[in-house]
Amino acid sequence: MSAIVLLVLGLAGMAGGYFVYSKFIAEKIYRLDPDFKTPAHEYEDGVDFVPTNRFVLWGHHFTSVAGAAPIVGPAIAVIWGWLPAFLWVVFGTIFFAGIHDFGAIWASVRNKAKSVGALTGDVVGSRARSIFMIVIFLVLLMVNAVFAVVIAGLMMNFSSAVVPVWGAIFVALIIGQLIYRRVLSLPVVSVIGVIALYALIGIGPSVPIQMPAEVAGFSGNAVWILILFGYAAVASLLPVWVLLQPRDYINGLQLFIGLIILYGAILLLNPSIVAPMVNSDVPAGTPSMLPLLFVTIACGAISGFHGLVSSGTTSKQLNKETDARFVGYFGAVGEGMLALAAILAATAGFASLADWQAMYTAFGAGGVNAFVEGGAFMIHNGLGLPEATAATLLTVMAALFAGTTMDTGLRLQRYIFQEWGEIYNQQWMKKSAPATLLAVGSCLVLAFGAGGADGTGGLIIWPLFGTTNQLLAGLTLLVITVMLVRLRRPMWYTLAPLCFLLVMTIAALLIQLRTFFNEGNYFLLILDIVVLIAAIMVAMECAAALKRTRAEMAEQGD
Amino acid sequence: MHDDHDSGHDPRRERFRAWLSQARFFAEEVYSSRYRGAIARARRDEDDLFMLLVFSEMMGVPNPAAYYTLELQPLLLERFHDWHTRMGMERSPLDHFRCC
Repeated sequence: MSAIVLLVLGLAGMAGGYFVYSKFIAEKIYRLDPDFKTPAHEYEDGVDFVPTNRFVLWGHHFTSVAGAAPIVGPAIAVIWGWLPAFLWVVFGTIFFAGIHDFGAIWASVRNKAKSVGALTGDVVGSRARSIFMIVIFLVLLMVNAVFAVVIAGLMMNFSSAVVPVWGAIFVALIIGQLIYRRVLSLPVVSVIGVIALYALIGIGPSVPIQMPAEVAGFSGNAVWILILFGYAAVASLLPVWVLLQPRDYINGLQLFIGLIILYGAILLLNPSIVAPMVNSDVPAGTPSMLPLLFVTIACGAISGFHGLVSSGTTSKQLNKETDARFVGYFGAVGEGMLALAAILAATAGFASLADWQAMYTAFGAGGVNAFVEGGAFMIHNGLGLPEATAATLLTVMAALFAGTTMDTGLRLQRYIFQEWGEIYNQQWMKKSAPATLLAVGSCLVLAFGAGGADGTGGLIIWPLFGTTNQLLAGLTLLVITVMLVRLRRPMWYTLAPLCFLLVMTIAALLIQLRTFFNEGNYFLLILDIVVLIAAIMVAMECAAALKRTRAEMAEQGD
Repeated sequence: MHDDHDSGHDPRRERFRAWLSQARFFAEEVYSSRYRGAIARARRDEDDLFMLLVFSEMMGVPNPAAYYTLELQPLLLERFHDWHTRMGMERSPLDHFRCC
């Protein structure tokens, strides 16, 4: 199978979703109104509420939602063969992610740009809001732990990327100062930043830094995890303009350049896919594809995290309600494209099936390493870049994404702890430093608790992260569905994905429950039970809310 | 070599300039729009402390710089209402300083 054929099929499917399905949803279901006064205009304050050009807003939305997850998830999931991952990414983007992200913006815009959390409280009920807070906390906890493990693994496997990844932080610090002090205009600074970043990538292979296998009784991996959390704790306490803002900006530029390079390499090389269409010979210990596929690929098919971005920031800046389709749905398509590139890199970037099988020796073994090695193979053969440089480039791309998500995730987790300090009247917890320590501590417990003291087994929790992410998406879809029922509009377009997600999530949790029990991994067993309880509560909340709303509507109708 | 007068009317150069300023606008929007809120809030937190300093004497908190801060009060009057509501006081906290 030629990679270009798959690429074209995938892109055509997503384009069809955008031009046909999202248009139908916009006109018939959400019924967007170009004359509706959006919160950006109604509450315009020049700070949070600012009507923003839709292309700029799309750029923001896309770079905020696209991270390491749409790379890691699909790269793990191709262990079941390329077809299941491909179908779930394409159909997930069209019928799940697009509708979810687009709907979250619409729901928020129609409710004074409130966040999904607040909307859950208003539209569904206060009990649902409490569940929402718990699920968000779990998602953040897992995302921070799992990304630390991913970056640590990359640092150990690709020592040439150590200098550019950490150097990128200094580049960001410097361009942040240049912009803040208005030394140079932004386009000039952008060009300098990108050149500096790629220069670092260029010199990376000549200055590899290898962490010793053991440092003071800790494994190399564990040391990287500790360093990463130390960095993330400091970064999350710095003012946003010092590091986070320039880092995000450089990352955004890098995302577009990386996507162009990857797609360009595929088009020029036209590699054939060596991985099996459906893998009948999966390594021992690989869980069943159904339902695990649907939680292994969360971002790239549907992700609850997007709802937070859609409703928290994007909805406050929407210029016209009709822009929601472009920003939300096309944002999901952008992420689908990244996931598609990850699938192709992890299935077509190998010389032979034996090479591919050597990479995918166990569930979770391929993952982001397969993406880097496969992608580097394609870039090397397609564009002629040295393989070491190409591998460094892709490692930096994945590590920077994961790193920025960690900065933001830890910051958000700190806010949650501070809020709890407020609610339970604990003065010490309201302060930034102790709250950050609590956040870092809880993530470290998970990163090491999941996989032992060497910190290498953290990817076991990847599907668990997927389940919490899907639960979050389920809650957002519930809010949209209840709104549609109240408006007496068809609810199946959001209810069907919601039911599918809940069934798959609960099934995946039950299967993992048995696996963790059999393995005697009681730490993850408890975590699984916590998520399972949350999932069942979400499902019951869905049933109750829909029944209540339909009864209300029937009463009003009489 | 063109002199300045000529270059001002060169349509290609004009177009390039327009394109460049458009690029700058987009880049600045992309850079700042997402963090505008967070930065404004951080700045407001600092300003709140400053407000407290300026109005502290009137609330019975001794302020050695009162002689100087008194001068600033009229300048900060516009922000006074926002400030006291944000600090959790619905009405002006000062008996002789009505606000709302």
